[in-house]
Amino acid sequence: MTLLEAHNLTKHFPLRRGLFGADPGAVRAVDGVNFTIEAGRTLGVVGESGCGKSTTAKLVLKLEEPTAGEIRFEGRALRTLDAAGLRQYRRSVQAVFQDPFASLNPRMRVGAIIAEPLVTNESLPPARVRERVARLLDLVGLPARSAELFPHEFSGGQRQRIAIARALALSPKLVVLDEPVSALDVSIRAQILNLLVDLQRDLGLAYLFIAHDLAAVAHMSHAIAVMYLGQLVEYGPAKTVATDPKHPYTQALFSAALPSHPDESRDEIILTGEVPSPVNPPSGCRFHPRCPHVLPRCAPEVPTLRGAFGREVACHLYDTAR
Amino acid sequence: MTDRPLLELDRLSAHYVTGRGTRVVRAVDEVSLTLRPGETLGVVGESGSGKTTLALTILRLLPPAARIVSGALRFDGEDLLAKSPNEMRRIRGKRIAMILQDPMASLNPLFTVGDQVAEPVRVHEHASRRSARERAGALLRAVRIPAAAQRLREYPHQMSGGMRQRIVGAIAISCEPQLLIADEPTTSLDVTIQAQYLKLLRDIQREHGLALIFITHNLGIVARMCDSVAVMYAGRVIESGPVRQIFNAPAHPYTQALIESIPRLGGGPERLTAIDGQPPDLATLPRGCSFQARCPRVVDRCREDDPPTVQLSTEHSARCWLAKP
Repeated sequence: MTLLEAHNLTKHFPLRRGLFGADPGAVRAVDGVNFTIEAGRTLGVVGESGCGKSTTAKLVLKLEEPTAGEIRFEGRALRTLDAAGLRQYRRSVQAVFQDPFASLNPRMRVGAIIAEPLVTNESLPPARVRERVARLLDLVGLPARSAELFPHEFSGGQRQRIAIARALALSPKLVVLDEPVSALDVSIRAQILNLLVDLQRDLGLAYLFIAHDLAAVAHMSHAIAVMYLGQLVEYGPAKTVATDPKHPYTQALFSAALPSHPDESRDEIILTGEVPSPVNPPSGCRFHPRCPHVLPRCAPEVPTLRGAFGREVACHLYDTAR
Repeated sequence: MTDRPLLELDRLSAHYVTGRGTRVVRAVDEVSLTLRPGETLGVVGESGSGKTTLALTILRLLPPAARIVSGALRFDGEDLLAKSPNEMRRIRGKRIAMILQDPMASLNPLFTVGDQVAEPVRVHEHASRRSARERAGALLRAVRIPAAAQRLREYPHQMSGGMRQRIVGAIAISCEPQLLIADEPTTSLDVTIQAQYLKLLRDIQREHGLALIFITHNLGIVARMCDSVAVMYAGRVIESGPVRQIFNAPAHPYTQALIESIPRLGGGPERLTAIDGQPPDLATLPRGCSFQARCPRVVDRCREDDPPTVQLSTEHSARCWLAKP
């Protein structure tokens, strides 16, 4: 069942007008992106800094309004929701951020941090709130007495558990995970990834999982969307995309991922240059200046995302293969 | 590659003493390592395992609260612990160079890139302004920076993170050091930029035959870059040896768990092996093995006595009661 649909989702951040009023253009952070998130499943979004993955997360969380396009949640466009509908949406979609040292208020006790969404959204008697907090702590594997302590008394991994408990307080349907393990120590990452998998199975949560660690995304996701300069270049089932990438950018990205064993030799594709500015993206295919397989038509013609080899890919190389 | 080691650490210990001697943190505890010319050693560990203190110990750049309490440190046949601060200054930046994690923090925002790349050559080799300038241009080209002549006149803020880190690399190799220590050099870089940078380091290493110490928390970097690896936990090297031997047959339960906890590309959705608990506080280490609280194979002996270093093969050793040669 489709939980969330993004249709032609676009976010441009206008730049400040210059001295003589010339139109300075805009940062085209997200530019015409389509994806769906199924109930109880994980969509992984990968891409490098500036590809628009965090802006996409903010659009889904309604922390930013789209410039064009729309998001539909359970079949209804967010634009058409009234105040009560929006409140319901915000309860259904929660977030866990990268840095658990910044995302928890150091002056609040853990119990109050986890209870805050309950207190602001539901009028429950204090005893019921305490009961719910205890249940949430248990769910994320922390002892009940944690409620009395302050965030600084916990390690990074434990704090991320607290942030997850807070995100689950209102029984959401979708949790946006923006780099949830990259600030954690290696030996702790697997604990948190396992916890997230367990919670998804037990509570039927859907995840929008954003990370730059490709192996972690491939491990966690049912579907993967690869972004480059605000657009999707490849989108499909996680295993298909991760093991047999078709877009030259996806191929380079996955070949650059570090091996898990010294004998694992991938053909390293080293891209030249860096990601161009999203203010003035290249014409045609935005990847063409760095692409090792560039064709004459890549500069003038924009490739569209079309089905090929069991996934969708936006590349002129596969124009005939479809 | 000759057999004489370039760098030799023999039971080297560096401790932080705080609270007027009441708290002793054994950040580096009896570490023994050898590195041959041209070789790449990976030092792996979590935050607080002592890996950065180890690098600072080798360079003798420890903060005032820390001191080297015992052991030996030899570089190219010379005893580094016997050197005066002046002699160390002539070694640092010339014969041993270092690359730090955050390129923005290691570059001075007020000087042009050209000045900063030329500085070690001017200081260590007393080169003239003009010849240092030429060397700087050649170095920028060596780290694959396009339009090098123009970049020399620019400031760090005008460049991307990947380019800044390459400039730090250019500074590090400017005096053709024999040993380069890189402390998490790619942590702040994007995946494809990281791949570019690692390849660059490998090319530079091949061209100049320099030895490399990679300090990282990422076993993937070790798998891709290193000949040998030392795994640190709570200030100690708990396992060390050739990379393939360690990945194929890790002897210490911590190394085993660390290798199994990395998700694999193309791997299934099976559960990852997680290591329970947290890394210990170095100031309040338990008696016996420091990994005992998290170890899945702990036995009574681990809680009583320090495990010995067991030699498993000529180059592979592990500090564990369960390791058998």
